[in-house]
Amino acid sequence: MAIEVRLPTLLRSAAEGQSVVKTEGDTVGEVLRNLAAGYPGLEGQILTGDGSLHKFVNVYLDDDDVRYLDKLDTKVQEGSVISILPAVAGG
Amino acid sequence: MTELGDSCIVIPADIQNKIMAWCLSSLPDEGCGLLLGFSDKGFVVDAYLAQNAAKSAKLYSIDGKDYLRADRQAEQNGYEIMGVFHSHTHTDPYPSPTDVELAPDPNWHYVLVSLRHEVPVMRSYRIVDSQIAEEPILPEEP
Repeated sequence: MAIEVRLPTLLRSAAEGQSVVKTEGDTVGEVLRNLAAGYPGLEGQILTGDGSLHKFVNVYLDDDDVRYLDKLDTKVQEGSVISILPAVAGG
Repeated sequence: MTELGDSCIVIPADIQNKIMAWCLSSLPDEGCGLLLGFSDKGFVVDAYLAQNAAKSAKLYSIDGKDYLRADRQAEQNGYEIMGVFHSHTHTDPYPSPTDVELAPDPNWHYVLVSLRHEVPVMRSYRIVDSQIAEEPILPEEP
């Protein structure tokens, strides 16, 4: 199914300026991998080389941080929205 | 590519006060939040007051849910997240090495509030490729 993925401003240039991209997949990980396959500029920005979530992003499925769900194995449903957010921190 | 040294940021006085009040009320921890507005014009329309998930006097981390809410608020109102503010409780208003290392977006504005002295001091910076450039803060459009 096609899932809506919302991108932060920093990543939009790698997705032809789009803030929202419809991407196929049945789990969060599948959607993100398909997203990176469709927009190679996103490769390595969301997922690391070993396929895990990059530490500089937070990924939400609707209102929930996927780290507190089943991480990349979290199932998505029709109408779900995945939001990719930059981790904002400092000292 | 973002150019350093030729930008400014407009933060209306009431929003400057809102930011400083939030930083003071967050003591002893660092206070933080997101700047909402128009990045290309450097115009801040509102400040989203976020929880410091790090709960620390030396570090800050914007709570992920706060970021999500701020992002939705910005989108509903036709603007965007254009930067971040946070306080330094005991040091000057200048980006720390951690701030520079973790700066997520070269197009963002990074506002620092020092609470080192009795009167808070606010400064704004651009951070691109680990290079820091201060930019003037204006209370209204020039």
